[in-house]
Amino acid sequence: MQPGLIDQAALDSLLATTDREFVGELIDAYLEDSPGLIAAMLRALAEANATEFTRAAHSLKSSSASLGAVSLSDLAKELEHLGKDSKLTGAASKLEQLAGLFEQVKTTLEEFKRGS
Amino acid sequence: MARSPTPSSGHLLVVDDNKVNRLLLGRNLEQQGHSVAFAENGQQALDRLRAESFDLVLLDILMPELDGYQVLERLTKDPELRDIPVIMTSSMDEMDSVVKCIEMGAEDYLSKPPNPVLLKARIGASLEKKWLRDQQRELIRKFATAEVAEELLTTGFELGGKYVDATVMFSDIRSFTSIAEAQSPADTIELLNDYYTLMFEAIGGHGGVVNQMVGDGLMAVFGAPVPSADHAERAVLSALEMLEMVGMFNAEQSARQKVQIQIGVGIASGRVIAGFTGTQNRATYTCVGDTVNLAARLEAQTKLAGHPILIDENTQAGLNGKIRSDELEPVQLRGKSQVVRIFAVPPGQ
Repeated sequence: MQPGLIDQAALDSLLATTDREFVGELIDAYLEDSPGLIAAMLRALAEANATEFTRAAHSLKSSSASLGAVSLSDLAKELEHLGKDSKLTGAASKLEQLAGLFEQVKTTLEEFKRGS
Repeated sequence: MARSPTPSSGHLLVVDDNKVNRLLLGRNLEQQGHSVAFAENGQQALDRLRAESFDLVLLDILMPELDGYQVLERLTKDPELRDIPVIMTSSMDEMDSVVKCIEMGAEDYLSKPPNPVLLKARIGASLEKKWLRDQQRELIRKFATAEVAEELLTTGFELGGKYVDATVMFSDIRSFTSIAEAQSPADTIELLNDYYTLMFEAIGGHGGVVNQMVGDGLMAVFGAPVPSADHAERAVLSALEMLEMVGMFNAEQSARQKVQIQIGVGIASGRVIAGFTGTQNRATYTCVGDTVNLAARLEAQTKLAGHPILIDENTQAGLNGKIRSDELEPVQLRGKSQVVRIFAVPPGQ
């Protein structure tokens, strides 16, 4: 697992309080919904819709944190704040970075699910 | 619609636009013994809340359609839904929003992802409060007339005690023990039921709330929990009506060759400590304080004084001369260091 992408302790604590099957379900939900949120942010950015941008970033921030995707969550949080302050002009490059980071998180989580 | 969950488990609605959050919260709550339903946005949440009965809502703030604020605003304005406790779920950096929600009426908040121990404690506390409130509603319905109950339910009533200016009434049946011994248990219970029906009518009709019944005695409060300026007058009018009803009741009893009863009523006005007291298993509306003691002593004094209705100085002043009362010799009452001025209200006015 790539260091820093996923906080192993967060996943371990999830596993300890639930079970592997449920964590798998959680990962599936996350991998299913997150691309939609990133797309929503791209769309909101194009339409200069700060409210929608903030909401999608907020949502991604919180689910990423739940699965221990700390750096992704932090980046989403930064974007959320840009949205809140209506400073979308500087958001494009950060959003691109976030999309890339998500791909890495996705790979890591898929690996985790397969039990490696 | 009314559900009575035990305080430890309930039917909960989790509102969050993020599926990961919903799953995680739902799982935690189910593990703690609750049944959980989900809504993905504010509009769905309101639809579900109107369609079925929930004990608690866990509400996200930022959501599409209707957000958490809008849901909260609609819930607090809806008489059917405003008593459902709402716990906001938020991330750590949303404290400003959380404060705003609590000002709007949310009960508590939880940060996401949830800490199971904290989750359990907060949900438990909220469910217990809700349960106690539900109990109070039920009690209010039993003690008060429909109008009083309705007023209390619309204006809302607070947990916890406060000082209120009120009039307290004690009433009981004279020599009830010997009456009870002279007839069958079935007749005694029937007599008590008839008596209570009549007394409740007379008390409730004047805005009083019966909050204690012990054997043949009852205690009623006027001016609390619903405040009224003329509580002394209401209490005395109600006592007069009680005597009138006992008179009519006795006429019927006599015609059926059954036992007749006499009642004594003591009334005192002043400051009382009033509030809902309770445990998990029982809750009641209670008044305590000197005024309550005085009313009880006056009721006992009716036997000696030979007058069925005795009132204290404050109650007499509260009548503003609208109802006749005659001052008797001041008496030394048990538990009072000084003599007390007492007034008899002649029945049949």
